Amino acid sequence: MTVVLEGRIIKEGTAEGTALVSPEPIGFLGGVDPATGVVREKGHPLEGESVAGRVLVFPRGKGSTVGSYVIYALARNGVAPAGMVLADCEPIVALGAIMAGIAVVDQVDLSRIRSGDRVRLEGGTVTVG
Amino acid sequence: MVLLGTLQLTDEERALLAGDEGPGVRRAMEMVVALARIYRAERLLPIGSAQVAGVSYANIGDAGLDFLRAWADEGARVRVPALLNPAGMDRQAWQEMGVPADFAAKQSAIVAAYARLGVRLTCTCAPYLLEESARLGDHLAWSESSAVAYANSVLGARTNREGGPGALAAAIVGRTGDFGLHRSGERQPRDRFRVSAPLETAADWGALGAEVGRRTQGVPWIELEGPAQASADSLTEAQLRDGLRALGAAGAASGSLALFHVAGLTAEARAGLVAPPAGEPQVIASLRESYERLDGDTVPLDLVASGCPHASLEQLEAVARYLDGRRVAVPLWLTVGRGVAEQARDCGLAGRLEAVGARLVSDTCVVVAPLREMGITAVATDSAKSACYLPGHQGVAVRFGSLERCLDAAVRGRWA
Repeated sequence: MTVVLEGRIIKEGTAEGTALVSPEPIGFLGGVDPATGVVREKGHPLEGESVAGRVLVFPRGKGSTVGSYVIYALARNGVAPAGMVLADCEPIVALGAIMAGIAVVDQVDLSRIRSGDRVRLEGGTVTVG
Repeated sequence: MVLLGTLQLTDEERALLAGDEGPGVRRAMEMVVALARIYRAERLLPIGSAQVAGVSYANIGDAGLDFLRAWADEGARVRVPALLNPAGMDRQAWQEMGVPADFAAKQSAIVAAYARLGVRLTCTCAPYLLEESARLGDHLAWSESSAVAYANSVLGARTNREGGPGALAAAIVGRTGDFGLHRSGERQPRDRFRVSAPLETAADWGALGAEVGRRTQGVPWIELEGPAQASADSLTEAQLRDGLRALGAAGAASGSLALFHVAGLTAEARAGLVAPPAGEPQVIASLRESYERLDGDTVPLDLVASGCPHASLEQLEAVARYLDGRRVAVPLWLTVGRGVAEQARDCGLAGRLEAVGARLVSDTCVVVAPLREMGITAVATDSAKSACYLPGHQGVAVRFGSLERCLDAAVRGRWA
């Protein structure tokens, strides 16, 4: 069944990929390896998973504002998420995504998305399944 | 089609967002608009200036360098005065400082990228010491936390604590969102403090700032009484300014202070634009606990550092006067903006400082220099801000005390 969710555009663009859902906020500086895209924060629900090419679904960013540069580095290294869907986007993720050119939508009901779902972002619309 | 919610843009702003002035300006406008929308601003405001953090290679790394170069390649240039925060090294004397050559090469490349973007290479957190950088009511996009606290509180200008890329984006489009501390309602004090502890030195003011920063999430109102008021009355104008800067810097480091009001002293309190909040004040009668929290327990020292925020000419003069006729046994860094260092040279003060073994270090400070790579593991400082950051961010041991106590330690080579 296809679910269509409406959100707020933070960075305009289209993206498609397999969802990687985190119930916890993500801190990019120290939390995600900019060279590989693998989440390395100890004890994080996504520890060991790669964000590369996925549609990353998480409540919000956290931690250092240098995290914006980490998101940019992920893109430079070809291991960035294809798109990001958040409950509440904050400046670290917003600026990082604009710097990196990654489509972002927020104010989305994340309970409707599961890891492994096929997700498409277009404008403020998130299509699941 | 960009959905802007409640944010209204002018025709000119829409053109920037559409890319009429190229991809670099469009990217900057996207950033400014995203922030404005996140914080539900209804319009953008023209800014007088920006102050841009995110300069040290230790902080932003290769990704930061790549991004700045790419943005400059896209044709982005600032359209209002933009002042650069300190870098990770003295740009002229990095070799003497012991900065590794590969770090220096990366750092120089970052500074060069900022120059291409049109940013002035001031490399200071205290640009307000040499020029009138803002006036009461001006809107700014500043990012270094002590500069933000100073601009808001002492100058009465209006700025949020912008991230480095956000401040640079604001400079490129000359605008920022009308939210947070740009709005009068958000500038009203919420938490009331009554301080009686003596505030004789910049370290005392810093210890007070660290305490207030820990205790408030909002905008504090600070009233001085008894010994606190007496010491404030006895300070010169420059000493008072330096005390207020230490207060804001420490409060921003221990907490998230971006604006504070001190009855009778700060700009909006003096202009009658803010009133004391209702309710019983929290009383601060002693700074001993704050000192103990900031102070560590190391005895041997690799470095004594003063000038965080970057020192004023008056603070340099105080060092020269106190150390006259003595000589330091461990390196003593006085971190300053290059402009203040030039003034010190012109008036002969630099020579007196050299005679006692002190080093004027420009463009950088102990918070952003690569201390561990330079073999520095234990630092004494009279800056409460530095004392907050050094153990966690830099992994070095710290001693915190008055300038005099730090200078005595520099002469002795150990803390006592």
